[in-house]
Amino acid sequence: MAAESYPDELRYHREHDWARIDGDEATFGITWFAQDALGELVHFEAPEEGATVSRDQAYAEVESVKAVSDVIAPLSGEILEVNPAVVDAPETVNDDPYGEGWIVRVRLSDPAEADSLLDADAYRQFLAEQG
Amino acid sequence: MQTLRRTPLFDRHVVLGARMVPFAGWEMPVQYEGVIPEHLAVRRDCGVFDVSHMGELELEGPRARELLQSLLSNDLDRIGPGQAQYTLLTNEQGGIVDDLIVYERGPESFLLIVNASNREPDFAWLQERELDGAELRDVSDEYALIAVQGPRSLERLGLPEAPAFTFADGEIDGVSCTVNRTGYTGEVGVELLVAADTAGELWDRVLERGAVPCGLGARDTLRLEVCYPLHGNDITPDTDAISAGLGWVCALDKEFTGVPELRRVKEEGPARRLAAFVMEEPGIPRQGMTILDAAGDAVGEVTSGSHSPMLERGIGLGYVASGLAQPGTELTIDIRGRQRRATVAKKPIYSREERNGG
Repeated sequence: MAAESYPDELRYHREHDWARIDGDEATFGITWFAQDALGELVHFEAPEEGATVSRDQAYAEVESVKAVSDVIAPLSGEILEVNPAVVDAPETVNDDPYGEGWIVRVRLSDPAEADSLLDADAYRQFLAEQG
Repeated sequence: MQTLRRTPLFDRHVVLGARMVPFAGWEMPVQYEGVIPEHLAVRRDCGVFDVSHMGELELEGPRARELLQSLLSNDLDRIGPGQAQYTLLTNEQGGIVDDLIVYERGPESFLLIVNASNREPDFAWLQERELDGAELRDVSDEYALIAVQGPRSLERLGLPEAPAFTFADGEIDGVSCTVNRTGYTGEVGVELLVAADTAGELWDRVLERGAVPCGLGARDTLRLEVCYPLHGNDITPDTDAISAGLGWVCALDKEFTGVPELRRVKEEGPARRLAAFVMEEPGIPRQGMTILDAAGDAVGEVTSGSHSPMLERGIGLGYVASGLAQPGTELTIDIRGRQRRATVAKKPIYSREERNGG
């Protein structure tokens, strides 16, 4: 399992999701904190490619032996690609939550929504406040 | 809020990095390294569990046997001193107050190891029915219970083989304990009953001998793979032993609480049965999910469900109409609005012998 980290180049949602924004596209995933809280993932309920996702809304589910969790979209848009590595082996998310374990790639419908997200420092602060 | 109880091993769990969770009024380790590696350690080698939250009730006296014979479903005459028996405490409706193991220490001395959440209800149940000449004591706080389970558990502990459901005084590296040949994983193993004040020492010795610390998470997936029911989920005071598939621990030829009702259910055949099932499609069944038949009609509810680390798919238990409980029957589980196919499995869902082709 990966060591705890929150890369500076990502933006974060309070539901423990991250977005790597590149122009009007973004890659989404779940944070180290989220995967650690769940434990080893054994099931990924994937969305359809082409589906619309809305900021703050669930677009997928990840499940460990003990618990299931919605995956929340940090931004709105249309799903361009679902990570086939995570479909085949959900534990990829535990091994590399910000790299090989990305979840979907999305064309953003409103890139300005990114202003609502936290930067890495603010997310770390948020986690610390959660205790 | 009620304060959570801690076992004598609490500090050791914290040092080992366990994730502690509330369970049945106790603060217990749910996992250390992770549920899956812990599960696999028990199936392949040897794992150790702190199950000190379980209750120990002692019943002694010239009429102890008579009292237990009238309250427990299994027949104590089938065992003798040094032997143990899986049995049920039943109510007047044939429902299951608790499932437990009774240890016959002598003709007038019995120990009951009961579920943590039922320690007080069981004690009250027995106390209300106590006879002169049968003295009941809750001795739970005097003991810790350490389960060591897995194909290499005896070798690692340096213990000889012994028949299942027997027990004897023994020691591990100088720490005295009672070695119970019992468990909740489907693997060979022991449960070590040890004085609370030497439990930490025993735990340390067991770890030094290479047992992998395992939490309640793995304990649950292990028992579910071998279809051992969990009281509170799969069996309750509102479910009877026959429907639950526990007729084999009910001596219907003796008199005990609820036996007329159990005889009736047995004779008429239960309306529903506790079936084991395996998912044929992705998704993990969870307690409370609806079970549907092939026509899409609701026919029952999942009582336990999880991911099986050995089968690498979802598995579960649930009550369905008796006609649908036959192995091979196709069912559907409603997993948060998604209909996913499952098949009724022969119990146990996982067995070492079949995996080994034996």
